[in-house]
Amino acid sequence: MSRIVIDSEKCKACYLCINECPKKLIKIGNTANSLGNRVVEFDDPNNECLGCAMCAARCPDLAITEVYKG
Amino acid sequence: MITETPTKKILTKGNYAIAQAAINAGCKCYFGYPITPQSEIGEYMSGKMQELNRAYVSAESELAAINMVIGACSTGVKAMTSSSSCAVALMQEALTYATSDQLPVVLVSVMRGGPGLGNIYPSQGDYFQATKGGGNGDYKLIVLAPSTVQECVDLTYKAFYLAHKYRNPTMLLADGLLGQMMEPVEFKEYPYPEIDNSSWALTGAKGRDGRVIRSYAPLADDQCVFLEKLFAKYRTIEKNETEWEEIGTEDADVILVSFGSTSRNVKTAMKLCREKGIKAGFFRPITLYPFPSARLNELASKTKKMISVEVNMGQMINDIRLAVNGKVPVELIHKPVGAPPVPEEILSQIEELI
Amino acid sequence: MATQVFKIPESLREDVKYSFCPGCDHGVAVRLVAEVLDELELREKSVLVASIGCSVTLYDFLNVDSIEAPHGRALAEATGVKRACPDKFVFTYQGDGDFASIGLAESLHAALRGENVSAICINNTTYGMTGGQLGPTTLLGQVTTTSPTGRNLEYYGYPIKIAEHVALCDGTAYSARVSLDSVANIRKAKQAIKKAFEVQLQGLGFGFVEILSTCPTNWKMTPSQAHDRVRDEMMKIFVPGVYKDVTTDGTTHKMR
Repeated sequence: MSRIVIDSEKCKACYLCINECPKKLIKIGNTANSLGNRVVEFDDPNNECLGCAMCAARCPDLAITEVYKG
Repeated sequence: MITETPTKKILTKGNYAIAQAAINAGCKCYFGYPITPQSEIGEYMSGKMQELNRAYVSAESELAAINMVIGACSTGVKAMTSSSSCAVALMQEALTYATSDQLPVVLVSVMRGGPGLGNIYPSQGDYFQATKGGGNGDYKLIVLAPSTVQECVDLTYKAFYLAHKYRNPTMLLADGLLGQMMEPVEFKEYPYPEIDNSSWALTGAKGRDGRVIRSYAPLADDQCVFLEKLFAKYRTIEKNETEWEEIGTEDADVILVSFGSTSRNVKTAMKLCREKGIKAGFFRPITLYPFPSARLNELASKTKKMISVEVNMGQMINDIRLAVNGKVPVELIHKPVGAPPVPEEILSQIEELI
Repeated sequence: MATQVFKIPESLREDVKYSFCPGCDHGVAVRLVAEVLDELELREKSVLVASIGCSVTLYDFLNVDSIEAPHGRALAEATGVKRACPDKFVFTYQGDGDFASIGLAESLHAALRGENVSAICINNTTYGMTGGQLGPTTLLGQVTTTSPTGRNLEYYGYPIKIAEHVALCDGTAYSARVSLDSVANIRKAKQAIKKAFEVQLQGLGFGFVEILSTCPTNWKMTPSQAHDRVRDEMMKIFVPGVYKDVTTDGTTHKMR
């Protein structure tokens, strides 16, 4: 099962990852981190993640810290 | 050219003496850009350093040269550049970086006439540039002022030692006269211990986190802490390294203060004074920073007058006045630029002043 | 069993937090540099010369031995480091203002001497750190705080094409321009950085990559709009490509 790990504290809410995900599995969440940024969430109820790591490659702030493919 | 490190006296000019002394001191990298009256240093180095398989770069500018020295020094090696007046002016930014980065930069400044392009005659017009600096922020360079070609050798050795001992940029402040004149000199072996740089030098972060050599302290408090530490170091340097020469000062009514090549004629003038019954003394700061203020203050309690003799419009006189703090009047005998006034000229001016 | 296909590079400092603005591609560039340092196992033999501008605190991000340089002088310092320690891997990371305006002499002369160092230059067509003034790469027509009606020839002249200038230097072993506007181009950018590092390791001379990046804050755009601008405006003038590669173009260059 492919998946990503997000470190919410590093998210600066640029939302570049949202556009990048081919399966649209990243969305703006309802919580803010300690910087006050409304951070993104990984939402993959149907296990659609491809593990392509496009989101991590795009993220300028290393907020997507791990990507697993399988 | 000096073909090998000799063990007895040879005749050479100040610029070559400085260059060979730097090589003997273990200078591993020379970076430079030509400017009269010190171009012979770079010329000498270009051949010698390549022979010895050490680093030599004809830099594209003095800006580049001094920053190359910073880069080399950050790895802990001995490195230097040499230049003169208007080009040392270009290096001021890098010198404040090197001071706050605490790097053992060695800079030889062979003074010529200024301001501006000025001329290529000898001058002491860069006393302020050397001791007060044109860079930003609170900082000091250690400044050593030779008066003979032999001292060009000895103080070049010392410049490398002090720069590394205190991790502070150190300047050898010579002038066009010293750079060009020939005198017999002896090249003794580098007399100082090697300083262990392993705690801070950039060597690649093998088995450890990366070290950072930086001055940037975005938080005001950090900068306060740093500056207090930096100036604690300067107090240590002042305590340990202040150096001067004095003759006949104990009973002197008037003390002649002079540095560098000019001091040689002043020393002779002092003897002429004594022959004429004027009780003159001679005082020569060898370290311009740290300046021998404490000793001058002591002497001010014993003498009646001090006279600063300089080849500029009067610069060191300010430091003498600060040192004596009003205890005695301090007068100026000076020549704006060129060869120092001859002893007889100095004598007649002393006679007018006392 | 899932395999890990992305992790934080080991050449970054532990739990690193960038100080860049949201959406700024500096963060991507720094990560790519770290990934290449990892892949070439260079962290423990590297000396980084940091520069002035938004990348000023790069040493807080990359876990390598580092020294700061006065504005524009990074490649002079890098020259000093490399000449003192030829066995070290020496690289700079500079903005376009640092590399190609105040430091143009140091940059091009390092290339002309064929210094065995590598340089990364971030081109975002503005002085970002100081608030978005006109810089050497500001495009004609671009509005900045010091070109309020847009860059015009009468007052400002032309922007500089950095990678092309570097490629003209005989001591350059590799000069390329890449873009971070898309993930595909990010992957190409990494290969270019790797190449610029490898030519140093091979002793071939100066390795250089100009990276087209964004400044959403000063461009007054969303990060996504900023990428559109890179594609639609910057890449038309600053065309990505390899402008020199002595390993493939048959050029001979001295070995040090």
